[in-house]
Amino acid sequence: MQQITMGQAIQQALAEEMRRDENVFLAGEGIGVGIHESPVMPTYGLLQEFGPARVKDTPVSEAAIAGLAVGASVMGLRPVVEVMFNPFFTLASDQIVNHAAKLRYLSGGKSSFPLVVRIKTGAGGGAGCQHAHNLEAWVAHCPGLKVVMPGTAADAKGLLKSAIRDDNPVIFFEDMGLFFFPSPVPEGDYTIPIGVADIKKPGRDVTVVTWSKMLGVAFKAAAALGQEGIDVEILDLRTLLPLDKEAVIKSVQKTGRLVILHEATRTGGYGGEIAALAAEEAFSYLKAPIKRVTAPDIPVPSSPPLERFYIPNENQLIEAVKSIVI
Amino acid sequence: MEQKKLMLYQNMLFIRRFEEKITELCKIEGKLPGMLILCTGQEAVAAGVCGALEKDDVIISNHRSHGHLLAKGADPNALMAEIFGKVTGCNKGKSGTLHIAVPEVNALCTTTVVGGGIPIAVGTAFAQQYKKSEAVTVCFFGDGSADEGSFHESLNMAALWDLPVIFVCENNVYSGAQRMEEHTKVKDIALRAQGYGMPGVIVDGNDAEAVLKVTAEARQRCLAGEGPTLIECKTYRWRGHGELDQQVYQPKDEIAMWMERCPIKKIENELLAEGVISREDVTALEDSIAIFVEDAVRFAEESPLPAPEEALEDVYV
Ligand SMILES: Cc1ncc(C[n+]2csc(CCOP(=O)(O)OP(=O)(O)O)c2C)c(N)n1
Repeated sequence: MQQITMGQAIQQALAEEMRRDENVFLAGEGIGVGIHESPVMPTYGLLQEFGPARVKDTPVSEAAIAGLAVGASVMGLRPVVEVMFNPFFTLASDQIVNHAAKLRYLSGGKSSFPLVVRIKTGAGGGAGCQHAHNLEAWVAHCPGLKVVMPGTAADAKGLLKSAIRDDNPVIFFEDMGLFFFPSPVPEGDYTIPIGVADIKKPGRDVTVVTWSKMLGVAFKAAAALGQEGIDVEILDLRTLLPLDKEAVIKSVQKTGRLVILHEATRTGGYGGEIAALAAEEAFSYLKAPIKRVTAPDIPVPSSPPLERFYIPNENQLIEAVKSIVI
Repeated sequence: MEQKKLMLYQNMLFIRRFEEKITELCKIEGKLPGMLILCTGQEAVAAGVCGALEKDDVIISNHRSHGHLLAKGADPNALMAEIFGKVTGCNKGKSGTLHIAVPEVNALCTTTVVGGGIPIAVGTAFAQQYKKSEAVTVCFFGDGSADEGSFHESLNMAALWDLPVIFVCENNVYSGAQRMEEHTKVKDIALRAQGYGMPGVIVDGNDAEAVLKVTAEARQRCLAGEGPTLIECKTYRWRGHGELDQQVYQPKDEIAMWMERCPIKKIENELLAEGVISREDVTALEDSIAIFVEDAVRFAEESPLPAPEEALEDVYV
């Protein structure tokens, strides 16, 4: 199997879908000619292959970029637009939240908006809170959208292909921390269905539900806990909306314990939704209180020790697991 | 006037040497966190605009802020410490280089969200008008920012209400990797002023004195209740967008041509020709600036990093 980074996996998905369907086009800031040319960036080389008619470098105009996707999609094109950093999503949000998510409903089911908004996200770069702010829970709060947030390169490729082929608006979050590390990715065309979670590591004692970059943290903690005889099951949600409720419930029924791990801040975070689901649907199976390991309720600070403090780590997860297993 | 001109020269040279230090330091792995975005070549805008302002006047800055902040009188030590992510920095390491606020000198908000500062400037100018204060707001932004909706909404509202705000567009030819003609159809951002009912002024952004003059005039209009002005300063970004930018899209001869038109060399040559300063004065000034910059670096180096738990502070009042 090829060893590629998530950035390259996304690149392959985009290129393969553009070759397959000429209605697919890309738009965004610096997606053709950028200030950081690197072969591991998701849109690297696509301008060369597909030309400026299908790879549109746009002005710094997020509202218009998102609106472009809405309008082009109702005409039958399949736009894949990029938001450079998650905080800038707020400038695009009118078109996404008030329009992409609602216009099909408003049409009484007559219209469809097959678009993808790729959003780069994740703390760790030291750039501070106007470049890093994981807002997946905001969009997951919008019926009419689908929300995908892969944690591996292989998942990213298969899920992005599904997103592009989906007839609904899909928000696709890419954690930049995953762009640079190679992992195995199947060759050629394959898809991974939206709305299906994945048990990345089976275990018997406790379920850790997580997604995106935190998958790596979960693996580190699980390895350490394994040494101490605690067998962790890691459930990677991959899609937040629609939520794979069955996968969460089944895992909790099996292990009887639940810890949720996400990089976004705690209050109002998507972890609360998972906890509520377990409490509603698997309460009698729970042997201990549900725990959440998240960022504290603060903006992402820039200075390295502060930013490290912000990002959840394996020690916090180990502690949370031990507090309910022992 | 001579004194003013000398001050412009000193300020520009200080900004240049301060930022050259950053260029040097950020080559050392792990020394400076985050994205370093510098204004090398554009110093005349920062110095010229701020040279026309009083202490009470407010500035709102953007991602390319170091020059604006220094020209407005920010403490270089605290600025350097913030860029280092140290606890003694202007913002205790919460900001880092990209969004440094220095309320002490009325540099009230710096935002790295492109166009994000423009509506805020409408708000600070509204407050100045509301309180009948003898002060104005200056908002700095790039040519790329004029592509954001916030620019258009803000100019319209500011003109409608005759707010005391000066919109300073630093047109450095590029918005990220895009040249002006790749991101907008108009040749001059200043043309847009007409559409909102305010004067639009174009000025050589490498001529600090000219920038100072048009800013002073705009400030007078603000104070006379005649409302906002859009000033477009034509200048050039010598370095990449940020220090990691390889500048593959920026023609080498274009950079060289603009380096010929260095705003600092220009004013230095004039001051020498006019006999205001001598060669020895230049050397002495260089030496004293070097000491100040070294001091700032030493202060930053010797300052402690914030303790991790300090991340929890300052979210609310
Ligand atoms: C809302 C938003 N979109 C995109 C970016 C990424 N970005 C940072 S600076 C920049 C270009 C801005 O160009 P301009 O306003 O001309 O200022 P310059 O960098 O040339 O000084 C872009 C696209 C951002 N910071 N904020």
